[in-house]
Amino acid sequence: MGLLFVVPAALYVVIFQLGPVLYGLVLSFSSYSPISRSGPEFIGWDNYAAIFNDPQFGQAMLVTGRYVLQVLPVTVVIALGLAMLSNRAFRGVGLFRTGLYVPHVVSLTAVSMVWLWMYSDQGLVNQVLDFFGQSGQRWLTTEGGALNAVSVMRIWKALGSNMVLLLAGLQTVPKDLYEAARVDGANAWQQFRAVTLPGIRPMLTYVVVMDIIYLAQGFAEIFVLTQGGPYGTTTTVNYLIYTEAFQYNEMGSASAMAFVLFAFIAGLTIVALRAGQGRRS
Amino acid sequence: MIGRRRLTRRAWPRIVALAAVTALVLLPFWWMLSLAFTPEGQSVSFIPEQPTVENFQIAVQAANLDTAFANSTIITVVAVATNCIVPVIAGYAFAHLPFRGSKPLFYVLLSTVAIPVSVTLIPLFLMARNFPLAGGNDLFGDGGSGLLDSVGGLMLPYLVGTMNIFLSRQYFAGMDRDFAEAARIDGASELRTFARIYLPMAKPLLALVAVFSFTGVWDDFLWPLVVSASERSTTVQLAITTFAASGNVRYGALMAATILVTLPVLVVFLFNQRGFIAGLSEGGIKG
Repeated sequence: MGLLFVVPAALYVVIFQLGPVLYGLVLSFSSYSPISRSGPEFIGWDNYAAIFNDPQFGQAMLVTGRYVLQVLPVTVVIALGLAMLSNRAFRGVGLFRTGLYVPHVVSLTAVSMVWLWMYSDQGLVNQVLDFFGQSGQRWLTTEGGALNAVSVMRIWKALGSNMVLLLAGLQTVPKDLYEAARVDGANAWQQFRAVTLPGIRPMLTYVVVMDIIYLAQGFAEIFVLTQGGPYGTTTTVNYLIYTEAFQYNEMGSASAMAFVLFAFIAGLTIVALRAGQGRRS
Repeated sequence: MIGRRRLTRRAWPRIVALAAVTALVLLPFWWMLSLAFTPEGQSVSFIPEQPTVENFQIAVQAANLDTAFANSTIITVVAVATNCIVPVIAGYAFAHLPFRGSKPLFYVLLSTVAIPVSVTLIPLFLMARNFPLAGGNDLFGDGGSGLLDSVGGLMLPYLVGTMNIFLSRQYFAGMDRDFAEAARIDGASELRTFARIYLPMAKPLLALVAVFSFTGVWDDFLWPLVVSASERSTTVQLAITTFAASGNVRYGALMAATILVTLPVLVVFLFNQRGFIAGLSEGGIKG
């Protein structure tokens, strides 16, 4: 009987999740353009060899890595600070939690639209600079700054959900541990190191892992804000996969890129999980 | 009394700091509103001097928002409905009606959560294109355009969320098995036991599944981008980007369109804040 209840869901997942993974794996060893009449042609490791010799792909990997590594620590540290600030019951605390969470609720496409205007020539950022007598900049079209501009937006967007998760983590830390630490004469920093940090370690690890997974797949924000430019300095791997597959119709090499990205995300995740385990006392 | 007063006094720096950060975080949304209500050609200020709704009118006409809203509504409603049934009943079975091999099967299904979208994107696109007997295709999926550029193609990847199977199993596992025993002794079928006893107790779970399916499908961008080829299969997220791409961007109308597209999600969020936030931490702690 149980089997009968599971069959519809299992069938769907096998056909539309696991099936595509295998299909994608086959494609990644093939040369295939959907416009041509002929089907995929098996070419072995050629796609993988080609993308590793492709400077464009190398640049996209570096952009993706830099994007993850510069957004992640900032957003987690600020979110933890906010979580600690709001980890006390006082009037109106719910209002702040809700307000801070709003950017997470609004779709990436929509918030990217808002920031597209904020970064535009007459946008809010330049207006504020103008108010302080500074000259405006073209935030999204300078080679050095475009990825940073996108990163600021992503930090802003990720704060709320990270904060809520870390808050849930903070609330599992037993209050009497702080009491005991205080009796032992621990100052605020020592309490943080000895009680808070170990207490929220599982949740902190979860937050970092989820952030890595989402950030490494950055796409909509790039599509809206920069279209991968200028000169590929904001072309993430996911954006490159999209252009390779759907603009140049190279489904085989795009699939190979997708599996390399998969391996990259899995690697980063394992590192984060290892670090999160830490020393057990 | 004294202790209480000291506590509130010590809370002030927190409140001020939180208020400042919250204001800063919400500032872009204020400007978005302000820009949407400012007449075209006028400079934007914190509060529009002559508020107007003409940007909203322009947005609805120019960005094909009516079709986009219709399509997004259909795919979202269907996905919410299927996700509240198929993965939920599977999760129930994994928790209460174990069968030979149910545990490994559960972990195989769960493992798909970790697969990046880009890995399945291209195969799913090709599967939609070669879908048998759709869009002029023959039984073997040749000849036509399949499910591409259709509402059916848009909904394809959304119908069953693996995470919902997992959430449902966790939820039902926390429930007592004695109810089912009693029902079975009374001669109720398994389906009846589930539908009449366990499902009514799972309202919080259903709310969570519904809310997350709703936002996930309504907000998705990449899948509609690859599967939609013309205005007839556009979605709300797609519609706002085509609007932005049209050469000289009219930011006022663009912001108006973005507000309209975001409004349904914001309304659902504001009515279900607790559900949202509880759902997040649920997935976090147990995941």
